[in-house]
Amino acid sequence: MIALVDYGAGNLTSVRKALIAVGASPVTPERPDDLEAAIGIIVPGVGHFGATRSLDAAWRDAVRAAIARGAAVLGICVGLQWMFEGSTESAETPGLGLFPGQCRHLSTCEGAAAASALKVPHVGWNSLDVRRPSALLEGIETGDQVYFTHSYAAPLTADTVASTTYGWPFSAVVACDRVAAMQFHPEKSGEVGLRLLRNWYRAV
Amino acid sequence: MLSKRIIACLDVRDGRVVKGVSFEGLRDAGDPAALARRYNIEGIDEVVILDVTATIEARQARLHTVRAVAAELFIPLCVGGGIRTDEDAAAIIEAGADKVSLNSAALATPSLITTLASRYGSQAVVVAIDARRQDGRFAVYARSGQARTQRDAVEWAREAESRGAGEILLTSIDRDGTGQGFDLEMTACMSEACGIPIIASGGAGTLEHFVDVFTTGRADAALAASMFHFQSHRVADLKALLAARDIPVRRTRTC
Repeated sequence: MIALVDYGAGNLTSVRKALIAVGASPVTPERPDDLEAAIGIIVPGVGHFGATRSLDAAWRDAVRAAIARGAAVLGICVGLQWMFEGSTESAETPGLGLFPGQCRHLSTCEGAAAASALKVPHVGWNSLDVRRPSALLEGIETGDQVYFTHSYAAPLTADTVASTTYGWPFSAVVACDRVAAMQFHPEKSGEVGLRLLRNWYRAV
Repeated sequence: MLSKRIIACLDVRDGRVVKGVSFEGLRDAGDPAALARRYNIEGIDEVVILDVTATIEARQARLHTVRAVAAELFIPLCVGGGIRTDEDAAAIIEAGADKVSLNSAALATPSLITTLASRYGSQAVVVAIDARRQDGRFAVYARSGQARTQRDAVEWAREAESRGAGEILLTSIDRDGTGQGFDLEMTACMSEACGIPIIASGGAGTLEHFVDVFTTGRADAALAASMFHFQSHRVADLKALLAARDIPVRRTRTC
């Protein structure tokens, strides 16, 4: 089963449609226990980091347990941010901490030269910079464009396989073992996005 | 680098795409889903559906159109027209829209911007402003250009931003459907005054108009309807021209 987690803050319609287009049949789990049957879990998200509070301890434990038994997990947008330690957007809401670092506002970075002139949210098609080979990025090249819409972003980590620069270079795709996440919306990124989802689903 | 977006606008009435001049004299331009399919293949970056005569009775029909168009797209979809409440927005988003565009309702109840931005995030809330040059300023009109308000377009855009809007869709009523080019001065004024992306709309008639609006007009995105619907110009040709002028655009592998 491919579980598409609904925590009430996202547009699941688009993600579901894109998953179906790459051959998956996503199911929306009603309770954390439902994740026990999942071989793949998608944590989508648009909107505010604080919305991930709906993913309470029971959900967090269920996702951790699924990862521990080898399920593949994919975070999208706020779902990526949730996999980091937290976000300055909602300091009281902890992330899952699968990747190190805090997410922060795109306009807040030392050394971001033109940060004051930066329009935020970062909306639109921006290019990927492939930093490390990854099965998830098969067929994807530096320069390929994907659709972003966000105001906060995650720092680069050892697991960043592709980055994007807007104000500062941030994690666009992170992948470590069976855990992966994308800051952009693959379900809204045309053929490039579908390719990424297909790569992910094939590895599930 | 962040690309400049090319957006196709589907003005929908009674389930059909229509297009007029300065919001008047609407003529049929086809089936929304069929047009969306064509634009997706041609490499458009985003689609906007504006229900130009949305009424309470038409809500269900509108949702049907949104679903049919969303089914054709794996690119962003924004929907506007008659969205007055949180429930209206929820239904539109559930039907497959990524963003909602508020116009008259935001003017009547500016707090709606904040309500929706809190629930869905600023990136999901576009404030559409229809403006006309009048008495040396840019006057805001409500109700599909029918009702003049006392607001100045630039001031209203700044207020919308402070209330949580993620983008401004700025339409020049004077230029709408004329093909005479975007109102570059108005667009540049707005872009300089706001910290959020500005989508320029109204007046696109030639490919050069897009070069102008991304340079002189300082727009982040540009929207057109007539010139795409009636196939006077191809999206791929537009992207090629912009790229040749060093304006960053998304190139799809087929274009």
